[in-house]
Amino acid sequence: MNPLELTDHDGRARTCMMQGQAALKGPKISAAVGMASLALAGCVTVEAPTEPIVIELNVNIRQEVIYRLAEDAGNTIEENADIF
Amino acid sequence: MTKRLTKAALSGAAIAVALGGIAAPAFAQRDPAYAAARAAGEVGEKMDGYLGIVGASTPELQRIVNDINIKRRAVYSQRAQATNATLEEYALTAGCQAILATSPGEKYQAPDGSWQTRTSAPPMRDSRCP
Repeated sequence: MNPLELTDHDGRARTCMMQGQAALKGPKISAAVGMASLALAGCVTVEAPTEPIVIELNVNIRQEVIYRLAEDAGNTIEENADIF
Repeated sequence: MTKRLTKAALSGAAIAVALGGIAAPAFAQRDPAYAAARAAGEVGEKMDGYLGIVGASTPELQRIVNDINIKRRAVYSQRAQATNATLEEYALTAGCQAILATSPGEKYQAPDGSWQTRTSAPPMRDSRCP
């Protein structure tokens, strides 16, 4: 691996960047376009989720705990019908 | 004829007692003010196992809801201790069951927090509910 080889690889790696920058001669707004073209060229993309993130109530309560308590809770509701 | 009628009435009564015995043994009924607010959709079952006010709050509704919730909390607390669970775990489980037990027309809270009117279809509940 001589210095020339390194330079060679470096040059190739920059080709990708240069492709993006080719469209960047205009104002800064076109930076987004440049990023998009980079993404299309096979660079890594990170997509934002389209669905809103819902934070569940008492998320620390596990389903198995609820299953264990279900029968007892059902009986409690029947036995205290005046407050349910 | 009279004998047959008497016999039918007696067997009917026996069935009623049997059914009543399974569905709701002689337990206390809801307070009339609470029953009315519930039927009118002014109060509804929340996901956390407690009662909530659905629309605009009034002192009377607040009184009803507080009264019920204090009593529920006492029961939850007692049962949670007996079942080696936390108050919140027990209350959330009771909430699952209470929402399932609502009658069509009554209000309940869906997992997204919105108030829904119970229909004949199963209610929308937390994914962890049994």
